[in-house]
Amino acid sequence: MKNTIRQIFHSSKFVAGFVIFVAILLFILLYPLFQPGNPLEMIGVGTFAEPGTYVSLYDSVTAPSETLNLPDAASNRLASVLKEEDRAKMAEYLVAVGVPSEEIDVADTEALLALWEKHYDETARPAGMTKATRNYYKRLNQSLNSMGSGSELSVVEQGEGGEASTIATIGSSDYVNVRKVPNRKTLLLGTDNFGRDVLKELASAAGTSVVIGLIAGTVATLIGLLLGLLSGYLGGFVDDIIMFFTNIFTVIPSFVLLILISYSIGQDQRGAGVVALVIGLTSWTWTTRSVRSQVISLRNRDHVNLSRLSGHGLFRILMTDILPYIASYVVMAFILQVSSGILAEAQLSLLGLGPKTTEVPTLGLMMNWAMLYSAHLNGSWWAYFPVILMITLISFSLNLMNTGLDQVFNPTLRD
Amino acid sequence: MKGYWKYFRKKIIWFLITFVAAVLLNFVLPRLMPNDPVAAITGKMAQGMTDATASQRIYEQYAEEFGTNKPMIEQFFIFVKNLFRGDLGTSFSQYPRKVSDIIASSIWWTIALQLPAIIVGWLIGNVLGALAAYVRKGFDKVLLPLSIFISNIPAFGMAVIMLVLFAVRLKVAPTSGGYNYDMIPNFSWKFVQSVIAHYQLPFWSIVLVSIGGQAIGMRSMSIYELNADYVKYARFLGIRDSKIVGYVFRNAMLPQITGLAMSIGTMVGGALVAEIIFSYPGLGSTMLSAISGGDYPLISATTLIITLMVLVISFLLDIIYGFIDPRVKAAQFD
Repeated sequence: MKNTIRQIFHSSKFVAGFVIFVAILLFILLYPLFQPGNPLEMIGVGTFAEPGTYVSLYDSVTAPSETLNLPDAASNRLASVLKEEDRAKMAEYLVAVGVPSEEIDVADTEALLALWEKHYDETARPAGMTKATRNYYKRLNQSLNSMGSGSELSVVEQGEGGEASTIATIGSSDYVNVRKVPNRKTLLLGTDNFGRDVLKELASAAGTSVVIGLIAGTVATLIGLLLGLLSGYLGGFVDDIIMFFTNIFTVIPSFVLLILISYSIGQDQRGAGVVALVIGLTSWTWTTRSVRSQVISLRNRDHVNLSRLSGHGLFRILMTDILPYIASYVVMAFILQVSSGILAEAQLSLLGLGPKTTEVPTLGLMMNWAMLYSAHLNGSWWAYFPVILMITLISFSLNLMNTGLDQVFNPTLRD
Repeated sequence: MKGYWKYFRKKIIWFLITFVAAVLLNFVLPRLMPNDPVAAITGKMAQGMTDATASQRIYEQYAEEFGTNKPMIEQFFIFVKNLFRGDLGTSFSQYPRKVSDIIASSIWWTIALQLPAIIVGWLIGNVLGALAAYVRKGFDKVLLPLSIFISNIPAFGMAVIMLVLFAVRLKVAPTSGGYNYDMIPNFSWKFVQSVIAHYQLPFWSIVLVSIGGQAIGMRSMSIYELNADYVKYARFLGIRDSKIVGYVFRNAMLPQITGLAMSIGTMVGGALVAEIIFSYPGLGSTMLSAISGGDYPLISATTLIITLMVLVISFLLDIIYGFIDPRVKAAQFD
């Protein structure tokens, strides 16, 4: 036993998969400790807030400020305010007044502004430009000038009687130390369509999905193991019956059975545990087949015959004389069942047949909501990409472990 | 030829048995559940209705239409009779369209998308896997983990990544649908062009997902065969390497065909979900709209059709297998 384990940990594939899987488990277990709270709490009001650190605007007004004179502050500010379409319009104007288009680079704010200052003339009337367009450029020029000038902003507090009093004036060179702002929140993966913290939700969802995979894998492996042992060892009529059903359920896609059963159970009864159970109940056929073929090759070995002659019962023979020899296959089958169980949950959820949404997040549900709110079309990568990556990594790590085990137990596959 | 016939007859009988089992399951499973589908529908229809007798009447009408007020056995015979006439009932969510019409308009999209994609993915994967087994060095260190990684990206994940990359960012392909939304299906060149443009992303995402798994399976199979005694013996006899590789490939291929027959259901399931991501007008999207619309007859019809498709494909694979594997013929003389 000890030797086998040492051998397994010599396989680089197994170790790589194991390390990834343990890292994912640590993330699932430890992240909630550092960031306690309900993962389904809706902290944002809008949908899909971008990842980043959020600092309270309200608090930063009254927080103590320092004056810093940074050389490129003004141009940075302009660069962030100047929209894509305004830049394109500016380039259009510059072309219209005769600047060669290869000199204009809309991404380089400073060069663009310099060109603009040099060539913009309020009184000029480039050919073919309507009055409305000229007025647009006039407004654009004005706002560019005012942004560059760095005029002060006043923050006004509205009193109870409706009278306004200025509580702060903010100059363009006032800075606040982020640590002096009492309310700030770092959302490494932003928020989802409900305004929930994606990272926190991801940790909890990955946990639920792994549990779903484990339950489904355990159920499928137990059923498959039991049927495979009986069918392989007893043979004859029992074998015929079991293989009859196994063959039928191998060909009928388990995906279809899963849809039919999940739909029939109904949204209200569909908790994460029930979904896991149903997945397990529809995916035992693979294990049954492989266990059966293993047992058939074992049942006439001498030690099994000896045990039979000694009058040992069926249960004892199966447990002590056969099971230890196929244990490695069973473990490998279990690993694959776990990974396909996680995938099955995700696919069911995408069809709208996943666990009910209000209780726990799962990876499939997160994916489903991201798709329903078109996160993939409006560029909110943080709502779906981490989920895909998480599913891929979990199943990748499990499959790597499986391949590693395969190479240990099937020496012909070894490097 | 006699041996083959025996094999085919066995396979045909199995096909019929599984087909009957599939129909039976499709009929029984939803009816075994504690929820009465008719009651659920009535509940939805009668929302906000205060008159109890009115909702009672709706319930009775639907119970009559679906025959749920009759005993199980009788219901089953009605179900089978309608099935043979191609009558799958009337859709709720797209009332008064016939379920069979909806299926007929979406099934060809699914077949035309998935069948070529799975075949192409399977072929590329097998060739790559056999090459990898032959070359070994280099592949095992870098490409094997990489292909395991890619094969573990779920089909819908691959679909989303391809969609975002090629349709949203690079804008080289349309984002959704099977053809431009302002077109009516016809046989003009423009329409065909639009269909081909919409076909690319779903097709390649299914191909990419299936390559990895097949390549890994083929690699281990080929390595196993390369170490077999007959290969060593053939080398002893001085048979050319290319000829040996041919034998090895053929022998390693056989389990891959069985593997395809056994995993075709899973692959179709994954590809159906990938269809949804692209809003491809196939069975996957039909199933999604049926589920979200609580359209019970349409759900049971799509699941039945998908099962039938998978059954037919695995039956055909069995037949092909019988032709390729010489051992099948030999087994008949036992």
